[in-house]
Amino acid sequence: MLELKDVSRRVDGVDHLVNISMRLEPGALNVLLGPARAGKTSLMRVMAGLDRAGEGAILFNGVDVTGQAVARRNVAMVYQQFINYPGWTVRENIASPLRVKRASREEIEREVGRAAELLRLTPYLERKPLELSGGQQQRVALARAIVKKASLVLLDEPLANLDYKLREELRAELPRLFADAGSVVVYATTEPLEALLLGGNTATMSEGRVTQFGPSGEAYRRPNSLETARTFSDPPLNVLPVENAAQADRYPGARTLAFRAHHLRMERKTAAAHTYTLEVLSSEITGSETYVHLRHGDHRWVMLTHGVHAFEPGSQQTVYVEPDDMMSFQADGRALGHAGKAA
Amino acid sequence: MKQGRFAWIVPALYILFLMTPIYWLVAMSLKTNVEITTRFTLWPELLTFDNYAKVFGDERWRSVFANSLMYVSLNTVISVAVALPAAYAFSRYRFFGDKHLFFWLLTNRMAPAAVFALPFFQLYSAFGLFDTHIAVALAHCLFNVPLAVWILEGFMSGVPREIDETAYIDGHSFPSFFVKIFMPLIASGIGVAAFFCFMFSWVEYLIADALARSAVMPITTRLQALSQASGTDWGVLAAAGTLTLIPGAIVIWFVRNYIAKGFALGRV
Repeated sequence: MLELKDVSRRVDGVDHLVNISMRLEPGALNVLLGPARAGKTSLMRVMAGLDRAGEGAILFNGVDVTGQAVARRNVAMVYQQFINYPGWTVRENIASPLRVKRASREEIEREVGRAAELLRLTPYLERKPLELSGGQQQRVALARAIVKKASLVLLDEPLANLDYKLREELRAELPRLFADAGSVVVYATTEPLEALLLGGNTATMSEGRVTQFGPSGEAYRRPNSLETARTFSDPPLNVLPVENAAQADRYPGARTLAFRAHHLRMERKTAAAHTYTLEVLSSEITGSETYVHLRHGDHRWVMLTHGVHAFEPGSQQTVYVEPDDMMSFQADGRALGHAGKAA
Repeated sequence: MKQGRFAWIVPALYILFLMTPIYWLVAMSLKTNVEITTRFTLWPELLTFDNYAKVFGDERWRSVFANSLMYVSLNTVISVAVALPAAYAFSRYRFFGDKHLFFWLLTNRMAPAAVFALPFFQLYSAFGLFDTHIAVALAHCLFNVPLAVWILEGFMSGVPREIDETAYIDGHSFPSFFVKIFMPLIASGIGVAAFFCFMFSWVEYLIADALARSAVMPITTRLQALSQASGTDWGVLAAAGTLTLIPGAIVIWFVRNYIAKGFALGRV
């Protein structure tokens, strides 16, 4: 179990990490979700011991490892860029952590063979990493992490530089790769959808803070703050400031309302639905879905509808939001109790 | 872009211009002294290898070649060995005044060698290093270490830092990482740096001449001394001069691909 206690890090007067406390358990995947520069990589580097936390402590199974050198910690890390030793063959690359541990020849042979089999690298063992495709290179890096049987495995956007098909393939494989080793696995991503697909727990990050940490579906359905809801939303969250008395009556205490793109509908489901007639700014068709960008006052809303529909920019469109889908937030951004079936 | 039909003329003329003195040297070395001093001939009328035989047969010529090779190799090894860790520090760490220090190192190359001949002469005499191989090798470090640091830093900065980190994460110690993983990655950079150290040290005359007068006299000194004396043996001098070009040519042959890579990386 990895435990962070009030970890902060400042570099040249800029906050990279602010008061982060969390407990990461082995077994389930722990996803760090946030936009670029939210602090995901900084946090991983501190967890790995590559960077030092300015304040706070890092405990591994109850032992303080805050100041321990990275070589002495039992961690593995896979970067977004495909990082392997270019001069070594795939076999030597995968064997690297075992060789350092002075494992026996038979053990190295067996473990490298097993990892290569698991990641379908067996035909490429004698090649150099740069002779392989991007997906294979990243598999080599993953294989190296697997053979190490590290107690902490850090995956920093490992699929971001892969093409769509490979990403789907590897994403499906990932959770089971480290499942039986009993490692704490941390996975950073910028994509909310990826966090949901991977399951496990998600920590949403924003400006160096962890805004929420819990089971991924839970954080998605019940964000504890506007910040979390925004981070965990793709397409962007639609925001509606509470401005009139009718809204204030309906959502007591709320200053901001928000809802997701697929909750903006072209048909009304209940009589209580909020109704808006808005100007269409643009629309994008992605195969079987249509994204419609609408203007609501100073805000831009996005509606996600199934099927292919034609929307004329500049035309008016009447849209509906069900009250149950509305998330409401206080002035300080914290969530108010809201409808539970908001997914 | 469409190239003109005569676009080759300019580079051809330039190469001719560059090659003329080298050709002249080689041609002279294959002529007799009579031919050199009495007639103007474009190529040897009477081809002779006597001049080379004289150089190889003369112990004094052999020893000056050996002396030069000795201090040049020493200097190359020392310069690269010292520059490797320095360049690594400049490429990987930020420390107080790092950029100024890096530039300051380079400024050492801005002073003419003649400026340093006197202090080196006095200093090395005091330490009893005068007229030794190591004296010249160390003196040349003043110019070669900054150059090697600069070249190596460029190559090292081309290697992602994440490779270093991955090695530490795998459990490698710093020396093991540096020797087994990092140095092979910048092998071309080490080759290029060694090449430049070798070349500078090989062609440098003033300091070598001042610090190695008799026992370890360098080739350049002997060439210079003999060409000023009366009754010069032109043919032998030309042969020795031609031989002086050969080590450089050999080194260039080995590092030519690396140099191209170095240019591509924006250094060298």
